[in-house]
Amino acid sequence: MSVLQALDLRRRSASSVPPLPAGKPAAVAVAKLIDVSKCIGCKACQTACLEWNQLDQPIGYTDGSYDNPTDLTTASWTVMRFTEYEHGDDLEWLIRKDGCMHCDDPGCLKACPAPGAIVQYTNGIVDFISDNCIGCGYCVKGCPFNIPRISQTTSKAYKCTLCSDRVVVGQAPACAKACPTQAIYFGTKEEMIAHAGKRIVDLKSRGYQNAGLYNPAGVNGTHVMYVLQHADKPSLYAGLPDDPHISPLVGIWKGVMKPLSLAAIAFAGAFGFLHYVTKGPNTVTEHDEEKAAELAGTDRAGSDKA
Amino acid sequence: MTEHTKPVSRYTTAARINHWITAVSLILLALSGMALFHPSLYFLTYLFGGGQITRAIHPWIGVVLGISFLGLFIRFFALNFWNRDDTIWMKNLGAVINNKEEGLPELGKYNAGQKLVFWGQSILILLLLGSGFVLWDTYFASYTTIDQKRWSAVIHALCAIGAILIWIVHVYAAIWVKGTLRAMTQGSVTGGWAWKHHRKWFRQEVGKP
Ligand code: HEM
Ligand code: SF4
Ligand code: SF4
Repeated sequence: MSVLQALDLRRRSASSVPPLPAGKPAAVAVAKLIDVSKCIGCKACQTACLEWNQLDQPIGYTDGSYDNPTDLTTASWTVMRFTEYEHGDDLEWLIRKDGCMHCDDPGCLKACPAPGAIVQYTNGIVDFISDNCIGCGYCVKGCPFNIPRISQTTSKAYKCTLCSDRVVVGQAPACAKACPTQAIYFGTKEEMIAHAGKRIVDLKSRGYQNAGLYNPAGVNGTHVMYVLQHADKPSLYAGLPDDPHISPLVGIWKGVMKPLSLAAIAFAGAFGFLHYVTKGPNTVTEHDEEKAAELAGTDRAGSDKA
Repeated sequence: MTEHTKPVSRYTTAARINHWITAVSLILLALSGMALFHPSLYFLTYLFGGGQITRAIHPWIGVVLGISFLGLFIRFFALNFWNRDDTIWMKNLGAVINNKEEGLPELGKYNAGQKLVFWGQSILILLLLGSGFVLWDTYFASYTTIDQKRWSAVIHALCAIGAILIWIVHVYAAIWVKGTLRAMTQGSVTGGWAWKHHRKWFRQEVGKP
C-alpha cells in the first residue's frame, strides 16, 4: 500500500515499530475539527465519504429521525446524528457528525490481535489495514466510541480512515472539502486547537456560556475534535461519551493478563519437568502386582510368562 | 515386570473415543485461542491456515468440545463426588508428590486430584462456552452489549488459561504415574496399578470388597 510507504508508523497492532531513521522528523500531528454549531445537517460530508471511498450504502429503513442510515455501517463510516434538545422554552437541533475520533491512544489498536491490522501513523491517523484483519471484532471491544463495524461478507473491520490516502498527498479529507458551511476544518492539530479557540470565543459572545472543545484527555486527545455549544454535557450530542477512556477491562485483558498467563503456563511446564527429574516417575512394582493377584485370588503370572 | 492378574478394564471403547475427541478439540482450541491471545503466539495461526480461518474455526471446535465434554460429564460425574478420604488425600498431597502414597486411604476409581481436574474443567468449559458465544460475533454480535463482550473477553481468556493449566497437570500426571496412559489407549490397567492407586475400586472390580 503506497500510503503505508509514504506515512511512517507510530504504532502497529500486536507488534512493534522500529524508531524513525536518524534525522527523519516525525510527521506533524494533524486533526479534523468539526464545528457542530455550524453544521446544517445536509449530509454532503456523508455523500463525499461514500464517493471518495467508493462505498455503496444499500437503501435501508428509516427510524423516523433524520439519521440516515440509522447507525454507522461497514459502508457508512460517518453518519449525522440528530438530537432535539429542549431546555426551557428553547429547542436546539444538535447535529453531530459521528465517526472515528482517531484517538491519540487508540483502544481499537490496543485490542487488535492481528499484527499490522491497525496502524497509527506518526501524524496521528488511525487506519485499518484490511489485508491483515482477521475479523475477530476485538477492535469493537477496544473502542470507547463504538466505531468499528465488521462486514458479514468480507469479515473485515471498517471505519473512517481520515482519508489517509488524501492526507498523504497534502489534501484535506473528502468530507472537509465537501462541507458547504465549512463546519469541517482540517490542518495541524495545533492550528485546529487555535481555530477552535476563536470559535469558542465567538459562541460564548452569543450566549453559549459552556461552548468548548471536545478533545478528551482520557484517550490522550483525539485527531478528530468537536466544537460543542454545550461542552459541559457532551452526552447531549447523541451519547457522545462525557469522559471516554479505554475500558479498564480491555486494559487488564491486553495488559497484565498476557505476560502473567504465559508465565503461569511456563511455570507449570517447568514444575512438571523438574518434578520428574527430581522425584522420578511413580511406578508400579512387582510387589504391587503380586499383591493385586493375592487380592484377586488368581495369580496367573506363570501362564503369562510365555 | 510381570503382570500377575488379568488386565483390569477401566474405560469402554466408547468412553475412550469420547475422551480423545475431547482431548483433540481442547488442544486445537488452546492452540487457536492462544494464537489470538498473545502476539508472540500469533504464528500458531499458520497451523490452521491463517488468521481469518483460525478466528472462524475456533468457536466451531468449541461447539465440538462442548458436546463431547458433556458426554464425559454424564459418564463420570457420579464417580467424582467428594468424600472424606479425598480431604485426607489432599492434606497429604506432599507425600503423593514425593511418590510416598502408601499410608493414604484406599481410593475409589478417582483420587482427589483427578476429581479436582474433573470439576475444574467442568466449570471452566461451561464458562468458556458461555463467554465464547458472547464473543462469537459472526452470529451473535447483536445479542449483547459491547461492555458484556468486554467482560466475556476477560472471562474467556482467564478461563482458557485456567483450563490449559489444569490440562498440563492432567497430562503430566498421566506421564508421571506409569501405567496410566494405557487406560486411554487400551482401556485397561494392570492389577498392580489398580491395587496401588485405586484399591477400593480394584476390590469392587474383582468382587472382593
Ligand atoms: C467451549 C466453547 C468455546 C467457544 C464457543 C469459544 C469461542 C471463542 C471465540 C468466539 C473467540 C474469539 C476469537 C474467535 O472468534 O476465534 C475465542 C477466543 C479464545 N478462546 Fe475460545 N471458545 C471456546 C472454548 C475455548 C477453550 C476450551 C479454550 C482453551 C482451552 C479457548 C481459548 C481461547 C483463547 C485463548 C482465546 C483468545 C482470547 C483472547 O484473545 O484473549 N476457547 N473463543
Ligand atoms: S476485526 Fe480486524 S481490525 Fe478489528 S481487532 Fe480483529 S483483526 Fe484487528
Ligand atoms: S474512535 Fe475507536 S476506532 Fe477510532 S481510533 Fe478511537 S478507538 Fe479506534
